Amino acid sequence: MFEKKSSMRTTYGKELVNLGKKYDDLVVLDADLAKSTKTELFKNQFPERFFDMGISEADMVVTAAGLASVGFKPFCSSFAIFLTGRVYDQIRNSIAYPHWNVKLVSTHAGISVGEDGASHQMLEDIALTRVIPDMTILSPSDSTMVKNLMEKIYNYDSYLYMRLSRNDVYDIYEEGTEFNIGESFIHGIGKDITIIATGQMVSKALEAEKTLKKEGIACGVVDMYTIKPLDTKTIDKILNISKGILVCEEHSYIGGLFGAISEYVVRNNPVIVDFVALNDTFGESGKVEELFEKYGLDKDTIIKKGKSVYDRI
Amino acid sequence: MDVQNLVNISKNARIDILKMVYNASSGHIGGAFSAIDIMVYLYFYKMNYSLENFENNERDRFILSKGHASAALYTCLAYKGIIKENDLITFRKINSKLQGHPSRKLTKGVETSTGSLGQGLSFANGVALGLKLKKINSKVYVLIGDGEINEGQIWEALMTSIRYKLDNLRIILDYNHLQIDGFIENIKDPRPTKEKFESFGFATFVMDGHDFYDIDKTFKFADQVKEKPVFIIANTIKGKGVSFMENNVDFHGSPPTKEQFEKALLELTNV
Ligand SMILES: Cc1ncc(C[n+]2csc(CCOP(=O)(O)OP(=O)(O)O)c2C)c(N)n1
Ligand SMILES: [Mg+2]
Repeated sequence: MFEKKSSMRTTYGKELVNLGKKYDDLVVLDADLAKSTKTELFKNQFPERFFDMGISEADMVVTAAGLASVGFKPFCSSFAIFLTGRVYDQIRNSIAYPHWNVKLVSTHAGISVGEDGASHQMLEDIALTRVIPDMTILSPSDSTMVKNLMEKIYNYDSYLYMRLSRNDVYDIYEEGTEFNIGESFIHGIGKDITIIATGQMVSKALEAEKTLKKEGIACGVVDMYTIKPLDTKTIDKILNISKGILVCEEHSYIGGLFGAISEYVVRNNPVIVDFVALNDTFGESGKVEELFEKYGLDKDTIIKKGKSVYDRI
Repeated sequence: MDVQNLVNISKNARIDILKMVYNASSGHIGGAFSAIDIMVYLYFYKMNYSLENFENNERDRFILSKGHASAALYTCLAYKGIIKENDLITFRKINSKLQGHPSRKLTKGVETSTGSLGQGLSFANGVALGLKLKKINSKVYVLIGDGEINEGQIWEALMTSIRYKLDNLRIILDYNHLQIDGFIENIKDPRPTKEKFESFGFATFVMDGHDFYDIDKTFKFADQVKEKPVFIIANTIKGKGVSFMENNVDFHGSPPTKEQFEKALLELTNV
């Protein structure tokens, strides 16, 4: 169904460059991973506005807060594992609590890190950032989306966390499609079930949807690329039509999008909500597709779980 | 420099800090008393900082990395007219603007929220770096604790100050030799202290953190330094000003009893 793939992180790096040309208050910090996060593209173009902080993530994000305080708009990047887990306290106490406008953009989120294994596969970053008051969290599903969102992120007047993948992901959207912070992209809402997916699970969900429809299940897919603030308007729409929800995310089922949606649904209009996500576990080394299969994040698992939700509605 | 004026401000600040902590039945007197003279010097003599300019980018900035000395900061901000003197007594109470540890969102004049130790120096670096990028000539003063330097992030940040040659930055170490669990030398001994910071590449000075003449002399020397960040080791006494609080770890974070309060008030009033 999808053929072309592209790199969200390369798009991120390129857009930093484009925005850097337009806005001279944009500064970028990295922690010795500029080659991987692609902030190197910005570094090459604007060396005077790029700060390689070395392997000092805590120092990096708080230095960014200081830069924000004199009027710069800093973007900080590293791998998701280091940009959130390692510096949870710094994000909470030195960015969020004093409310500094720092943008945290991670790459290598999720199990799709692959061969580097569990120490580098961040499966808890949404959970960690989601509990921080007023945090905004984005989890884009393809490069077009990243490209479209970047200037909106730059202009967004608050701290924000965005997670990107290491691997190339399928192109889902046509160039020029509009996305907005706080919103979702509704591909469809099913009379029976709706699959709410985020990140690179969206393309898999769209593929699974085809099979489920063929088997007579009225189903739709929503790309919930904003995780916080939760797009309750869209969830309400889904709850008005669907009898069950399946949440797909490349993250622990605890504290992520499944958690966020469940927290909302139980208080409002309870239907069955199930998940395709990591089952309270660490990952391991392997090829991306092997890992998706072994840890139940593949199309077949979505189909299986989709049917299971359908059977229970 | 009107030294008598600074001495008087410090005296009043110590009395107010004592009252605030006693009234709240909580707070950190020891570390506030060790830092207050340096802060008074900066706020009431050295810094370009006033009610008129405290929101301008051109202001000098003081960042209290050891946020538990919040009461000292609040007295300075109050005497500057940035916050209301009447509010001092609400310190640490419900619905107060004056939180236990400084909150940038709640208290005017607080440069950033601190309290989780080890982070203020990174923030100060960011400010100093940003000011340089904007070609603004203001200075950044940051006060860190000698227990606080146990934190690894401090050492990350020290390397950042050096890397970017932040000569608009002055790091002041409140060298009072005490942290919560006892003498810093028995926990993670930083000695040889001066040599350590010197070897990092700082223009390193040692001063008496309770002597305004020495403080002034040191900061004047610091102003001559180019291309290097400045690190000032301030020899201080935790609890300075009240005999039974000096060098006494019990007054790190515990309020005085009524009897202790009255005795301390008497001592502070009669200097
Ligand atoms: C990250 C962190 N850990 C622990 C504490 C609790 N704490 C508050 S003050 C303090 C001791 C600080 O000692 P020092 O830096 O020497 O401060 P001073 O003696 O100037 O009061 C500790 C451990 C904290 N505030 N932050
Ligand atoms: Mg100390």
